[in-house]
Amino acid sequence: MTTTETESTERAAGVAGKSPATESDGRGDGAAGGSSGRRRRGRRAGSAGRQMHGGWLTYTILIIFTIGSLVPLVWQLIAASHSSGRLAQTPPPFWFGDRLFDNLERAWTDANLGLALLNTTFVAGTITVSTVLFATLAGFSFAKLRFRAKNVLMLLVIGTMMVPPQLTVVPLFMGAAKLEWVDQLQVVILPMMVSAFGVFFMRQYLSQALPTELIEAARMDGAHSLRVVWHVVFPVARPAMAVLGMLTFVAAWNEFFWPIIALTQRNPTVQVALTNLGRGYVPDQGVIMAGALLGTLPLLIAFVLFGKQIVGGIMHGAIKG
Amino acid sequence: MTTDHVPAAPPVSTGGAAPPGDDAKEQRRAARRSRRYQRDTKWSPYGFIAPFFVFFAAFGLFPLLYTGWSALHRVSLHNPNELEWVGFQNFTRLWQDEFFWNALGNTFTIGVISTVPQLLMALGIAHLLNYKLRGSMMFRVAMLTPYATSIAAATLVFAMLYGRDYGLINWALGLVGIDPVSWEAGSWSSQFAVSTIVIWRWTGYNALIYLAAMQAVPHDLYESASLDGASRWQQFIHVTIPSLRPTIIFTVVVSTIGATQLFGEPLLFAGSPAGGSQSQYQTLGLYMYQMGWFNFHLGRAAAIAWTMFLLLIIIGLVYWAIMRWVNRDTAGKEA
Repeated sequence: MTTTETESTERAAGVAGKSPATESDGRGDGAAGGSSGRRRRGRRAGSAGRQMHGGWLTYTILIIFTIGSLVPLVWQLIAASHSSGRLAQTPPPFWFGDRLFDNLERAWTDANLGLALLNTTFVAGTITVSTVLFATLAGFSFAKLRFRAKNVLMLLVIGTMMVPPQLTVVPLFMGAAKLEWVDQLQVVILPMMVSAFGVFFMRQYLSQALPTELIEAARMDGAHSLRVVWHVVFPVARPAMAVLGMLTFVAAWNEFFWPIIALTQRNPTVQVALTNLGRGYVPDQGVIMAGALLGTLPLLIAFVLFGKQIVGGIMHGAIKG
Repeated sequence: MTTDHVPAAPPVSTGGAAPPGDDAKEQRRAARRSRRYQRDTKWSPYGFIAPFFVFFAAFGLFPLLYTGWSALHRVSLHNPNELEWVGFQNFTRLWQDEFFWNALGNTFTIGVISTVPQLLMALGIAHLLNYKLRGSMMFRVAMLTPYATSIAAATLVFAMLYGRDYGLINWALGLVGIDPVSWEAGSWSSQFAVSTIVIWRWTGYNALIYLAAMQAVPHDLYESASLDGASRWQQFIHVTIPSLRPTIIFTVVVSTIGATQLFGEPLLFAGSPAGGSQSQYQTLGLYMYQMGWFNFHLGRAAAIAWTMFLLLIIIGLVYWAIMRWVNRDTAGKEA
């Protein structure tokens, strides 16, 4: 399994297609070299390419898909503004009702979403900071430093991306029960503190963005490793750290499987509270939709504000794997 | 902390032997600095990767192995730390368990009807987004918003849209004269509905990944293709798709892994871990959850988890074999 995934990931990372991967081969560092080569080509293709203007058919299809993407969200907002009595009638409502704030208030208090939002902000924030920090350190080490067993350890990192969450929850639950940590936030934070994808992502970025001479110059000045990290690596890595941070925050905010096992309605994250809503904790469709809206809103606002950066980050990350 | 290509000498070269004639104090200090430098060089790379591996060992590798160990025991949810050895009994019971085979089949069918259309549509959208467009960033952001919507929120909304009596979808079908469908109750209809949630959340994301890869395709390939008289469609088939092959393989692998773990959508579609009254859309992930946290058999849940892991390995091997076969094929053609 490990080798399979490794191969495909590195392929995705390293080779654009049949076209020759530029300087990668000689160094035996295929993924890194290839991606930098691709980036250059990507930029050129970006300006010279995209030659043809889209016709009306292109716009029509894209608009249909855009509407398809947005309709469930808009409808969620509409449904959240009606009473459950109105929602149990045909035809369904197509415009906003007057119950939005009542429903939001009930979701906030009855479904414990106020606490849930606070908890999730804290959990996702902590996970994001630690993931980005540790991924940058490990990514730097794998990209630029020399040590024994480096390649084997990197393969191990890539292999760990494949471990599904189902394979860890039983022992994690046993541990949480033993420590009496059920319903305490550290139980959902600790298992998510690092990410193999993050390490891989930062390694790919730093191996081409961080000039080796810069580290050497700092070493010549007598800087020890931590100083090098602080004064050289972090400033260079900052754009990638921001992208990884956004992706990690979205993933942590939406983390589902382990939290619904480890937490209950007494001290929920957003996803736990929404799950309980879905199980009929508050049997009112309008309130359920208001809850779903509250749980999604922070990320949607972030998307409106940083949409361009997030799109850029995903596309950027995609080129590297 | 030596860098990868190190022609440069460290501040003090090797060992503690500074040249004679220097001040003794200076010599000792240099020696100390050198030793510290060497220690730093040798151990800091491990120090930087240590946090990742410590956390991974504690919360990834150990639980993975311990899940296998638990699968060989009878463990009750009420007493999760009491293990009673039963050997492979949990696995043999799975083999005879019709719900397990049902869940396995559902995971497969839902996986296929959610992944295949999703990736095909993503490919098409990416192709369209690759044209020169007005407001292209707006399209991209809009198509990515479902990705920001959590599984829970999305499923709650879709469950309502698919409602039998008052759902928007049945109402719309009624407009064109189709009788209301009982989405949740039927086998195919419920699996279709669950799949649409997955498709809705992930199509835009995959489209962006394909788009990124498309923008990296060298422009000259298209130019020479159009000089040869290839139409847009032929260019798409003969230039774009082959250039995207690594990315396509990557997304197929990632989507497959996601599909085998499908859990939240079927759980929240009707809010029960049974996955419908006939378990008609219960997936393996959901069955494992039901077994462990509703039937209280943590040992058997662990056995299901390991079966899922084996399944992933088998799928991985199949993909690997296909990839080798495809690669050999094209390598032959190119030669």
